[in-house]
Amino acid sequence: MAVEVRIPTILRPYTGDQKSVEARGASLSALIDDLESNHPGIKDRLLEDKDGAVDLRRFVNVYVNDEDVRFLGGLDAPVTDGDQVVVLPAVAGG
Amino acid sequence: MLTIDRATYDAIVAHAFRDHPDEACGIVAGPEGSDRPERLVEMVNAAGSPTFYEFDSTDLLHLYRDLDERDEEPVVIYHSHTATEAYPSRTDIGLAMEPNAHYVLVSTREQGNIDGPVEFRSYRIVDGEVTEEEVTVVDTLSPPPAKHVTSQGDLDGR
Repeated sequence: MAVEVRIPTILRPYTGDQKSVEARGASLSALIDDLESNHPGIKDRLLEDKDGAVDLRRFVNVYVNDEDVRFLGGLDAPVTDGDQVVVLPAVAGG
Repeated sequence: MLTIDRATYDAIVAHAFRDHPDEACGIVAGPEGSDRPERLVEMVNAAGSPTFYEFDSTDLLHLYRDLDERDEEPVVIYHSHTATEAYPSRTDIGLAMEPNAHYVLVSTREQGNIDGPVEFRSYRIVDGEVTEEEVTVVDTLSPPPAKHVTSQGDLDGR
């Protein structure tokens, strides 16, 4: 068992064009590290440095089982086998 | 080039006028890879601002789930500028994350809430590079090309 991660169009170059990939980890942070080991470069598209701390990019939305991780503890959000993680870039502008 | 039908064009413009002076936003969905803007989905501007727009994060998830189920993609992503021209701002360019979409901008700066001619322009935005394209408004979209006889699984590639 693992966690299914849905990949948006813009990040599919990192996953060999796959819409969904599997990853492992007990937290979102660990899951992203595991993603990075199989799909190098993807981590930098998801995370950024904020005042010395690493956090999700402001305009990247991540959901665990349909809940925005910003309400689940951000990168510390727990994930377990069988969960579904969805990554969606914000649709936003000025 | 963006080819769009008159009713959808008019509905986008009407949405922009209705939300003025805040920015209006939404998409027009179409079958994946078809480049046909068929189904207008007005979105709420969660920023509720005259200078910024953002789809609400929960609405965004529901929208993309719905698109997935229908084998659709956002063919057009539109928003309005209410005080400036219908050209992508630096923020628009930096946050454009759908390389396959036509980014439509409508400006209501001249007209406010009064109906009248409007700036309606379309762009491709890929890797920070903006290319304006022609907009052709038709009475109705021409019928889609005949489908090849193949299973959905084959089309999906797995």
